[in-house]
Amino acid sequence: MGEYIIKLPDVGEGVAEAELVEWNVVIGDVVKEDSILASVMTDKAAVEIPSPVEGTVLWLGGEVGESLAVGSPLVRLEVSGEGNVSAAKPATQSRKPAEAATQAGDAQTAPEPIPRPKPASPSPPARADTRPAVVGTPRRDGGKPLASPAVRQRARDAGIDLRQVRGSGPAGRITHEDLDAFAETGPLAGDASGLRANTSVREIKVIGLRRRIAEKMALSKSRIAHITYVDEVDVTALEELRAQLNRQKLDNQPKLTVLPFLMRAMVKAIAEQPAINAHFDDDAGVIYQHGGVHIGVAAQTPTGLVVPVVRHAEARDVWNCGAELNRLADAAKAGTASRDDLTGSTITITSLGAMGGLVTTPVINHPEVAIVGVNKIQIRPMWDGSQFVPRKMMNLSSSFDHRVIDGWDAAVFVQRIKSLLESPAMIFI
Amino acid sequence: MKDISCTVLILGAGPGGYVAAIRAGQLGLDTVVVEAVKPGGTCLNVGCIPSKALIHAADEFLKIREIASGERTPGITLTSPAFDLAVCRDWKDGIVNRLTNGVASLLKKAGVKTVQGWGRFRDGKTVEVETGLGTQVIRAEHVIIATGSEPVALPSLPFGGRIVSSTEALALGAIPERLVVIGAGYIGLELGTAFCKLGSQVTMVEATDRILPLYDPELTRPVAARLRELGITVLLGAKARGMAGGEAVIVETADGSEARLPADIVLVTAGRRPLTEGWGREQLALDMNGSFVAVDDRCRTSMRGIWAVGDITGEPMLAHRAMAQGEMVAEIIAGGKRAWDKTAIPAVCFTDPEIVSAGLSPEQARVAGIEVKTGQFPFQANGRAMTTESEVGFVRIVARADNHLVLGLQAVGAGVSELSSPFALALEMGCRLEDVAATIHAHPTLGEAIPESALRALGHALHI
Repeated sequence: MGEYIIKLPDVGEGVAEAELVEWNVVIGDVVKEDSILASVMTDKAAVEIPSPVEGTVLWLGGEVGESLAVGSPLVRLEVSGEGNVSAAKPATQSRKPAEAATQAGDAQTAPEPIPRPKPASPSPPARADTRPAVVGTPRRDGGKPLASPAVRQRARDAGIDLRQVRGSGPAGRITHEDLDAFAETGPLAGDASGLRANTSVREIKVIGLRRRIAEKMALSKSRIAHITYVDEVDVTALEELRAQLNRQKLDNQPKLTVLPFLMRAMVKAIAEQPAINAHFDDDAGVIYQHGGVHIGVAAQTPTGLVVPVVRHAEARDVWNCGAELNRLADAAKAGTASRDDLTGSTITITSLGAMGGLVTTPVINHPEVAIVGVNKIQIRPMWDGSQFVPRKMMNLSSSFDHRVIDGWDAAVFVQRIKSLLESPAMIFI
Repeated sequence: MKDISCTVLILGAGPGGYVAAIRAGQLGLDTVVVEAVKPGGTCLNVGCIPSKALIHAADEFLKIREIASGERTPGITLTSPAFDLAVCRDWKDGIVNRLTNGVASLLKKAGVKTVQGWGRFRDGKTVEVETGLGTQVIRAEHVIIATGSEPVALPSLPFGGRIVSSTEALALGAIPERLVVIGAGYIGLELGTAFCKLGSQVTMVEATDRILPLYDPELTRPVAARLRELGITVLLGAKARGMAGGEAVIVETADGSEARLPADIVLVTAGRRPLTEGWGREQLALDMNGSFVAVDDRCRTSMRGIWAVGDITGEPMLAHRAMAQGEMVAEIIAGGKRAWDKTAIPAVCFTDPEIVSAGLSPEQARVAGIEVKTGQFPFQANGRAMTTESEVGFVRIVARADNHLVLGLQAVGAGVSELSSPFALALEMGCRLEDVAATIHAHPTLGEAIPESALRALGHALHI
């Protein structure tokens, strides 16, 4: 019988010590070759330490949580055969595993180097490679920044990479002043183009309307499961009609935009799909379908976004809708809109007019369940069955609360508006 | 013995180790340095310092002999000078003692504990030291390996008896009548020349086709000429094959014939190798770079918490490189942001005449693909050189052709070792030829050759 000492092997990442995280054996256990003795943790991976021999555990090298140095004794085993304790020096010759295996019966007699442990989790990155071999070789001039030792030291202490600093001195030497300039204004300081990095930061308190918008948007986005549906609408006929009406309008009638027509189309579509014109009280779990169609119209003002409301659009004709819109827009911009003007909408239109872009992903005005977004009107080539013809096209980007409106219903709603706008006479029937 | 725990443990108190220890101590780190012999390492004990003492004595003795024979220094006459090696050795040992004691007290002043004995790693965090009183175990968070280097022995000429290394050559009991030096690198040339001046008949055996193979022929030519003048035989392209009858070195000469060189002492200076055995390297898992311990630009080895400085980490094996590394590592351990970013490590040969080189030679620059301008100024045109009877040699400057950035400075001549300082300073500060040329150098000094060499590279030297 002999004693065999298992030392903590090099755990593979050039670490000098590792933390014991688990013992898989206790004193007195009989272990087989390759059974796991312990797990140790380096900062990269947990590594299991297997036993290279068969034997009985006599002694453990530390408590869980302790750090052990690489090369220090981990476990002492009682083994049949001589063990390795009397061996003066670890074997320096590198014997092949196969050779060792042929002596397995007697393996304990050899002070065999401990087999490399298998990492338990992704194998640690190979070392060797990333570091330059040795210092002291004469440095080539190359692209190395030119600076006096004092400048180099200052840069290092300040965490500045001298390769990014432009040197204004002779031969491009980086001076203390260059370093000061860099520290102040950043990498592009003094660049020949005259461009300068602007690292200033202005602190602006989010208050008032901006804070309300922020809270409202956060509420909408955090609660509502948005589904956005986009389709294009051929508004050629509508635009002709609108131009005609505007030409013939009376002095006391407003100039019509697309919005009054859209509002009327929505009223008609909602009559068939009342679920779209609703408030969803998600705390109470109740949906309130409104008979009145109160259409909020998102409007940009100097202080931010407001949503004045055209109340009872179902009771207004196109001219009336247009007039009310104008009144509300002026009031909102002037800041004279009343509380009533700004609350109580049941559905919202968002339009950026000429800035409307191709597609938007409108955020629903909580607790409503739908918002209709109007994109820019553009002339596009459309296929009429035999040729491409120029048509005035406008996209509608509409979002729905998918918790209570199914995609199908959303699509039906948008298709209905589309067909009404494409045949605008229907709006007036 | 009670175990010691410390923050920094340094293995070896040579130039790399003791500087690291002093700096670590200054920075308030709990530091222990382990040294088997005396602080100062090879440099102070058996290298730079004692050899320079011997060279100085030899130079002085030769000068006085030449004066006595009427060969130089007009106006002085004297008769039959004599040399007493024993007295010289005592004087030399006195200097070494003063310096090693000085290092010991510097370590003490910095609060560093010195443990005398042979240290050996037990594991990555623990070193066992065999002291006179038993085994001392020291545990440390950081260990700096600074074990240095040792002379290389030749298989055909193992050290022992008449065959000695530089270490024994510095402690000979008598001036050998016939000295054979194997290897005409700087150590062999320095000692061979000194013994020649003290009366030995010296033969140098060099395997390559020229002396000082690491320096360019322009720099070594004055040294070769001086060797001839001193009567030193230099066998180039010759290989030492062994000893014949224990009294003569068998040499295969360049033409393939065999020569026997009778020798009272055979000094083998075939280079030095890093001391990588005997301190428990096998207990660690250190990546190696050839025979050296591999380190990165912060002198980190492949094991965290284990550092290496000095000769063990590679060429050039020079004390001042080790010191700079030691200082850097101490500061990094103390939390400083440091990395090896030196432009130049100057090197000096205390041959006759001396050679100094910092940065790139013209040839090295060309190999690196840099177009250069060079300027050379001979000491023949330097007043100070004339007045000290040492007109041999020159200063040479190497600069980029495009922006005149100085890439290298070299010189050969009497006393030019002292020029290593302005050379290194010019390179480290990133001087251009114009900077060097526009700096006032005191007259009359050898240093005036430096701005003149720069002016010459710029095409308008004043004094030639």
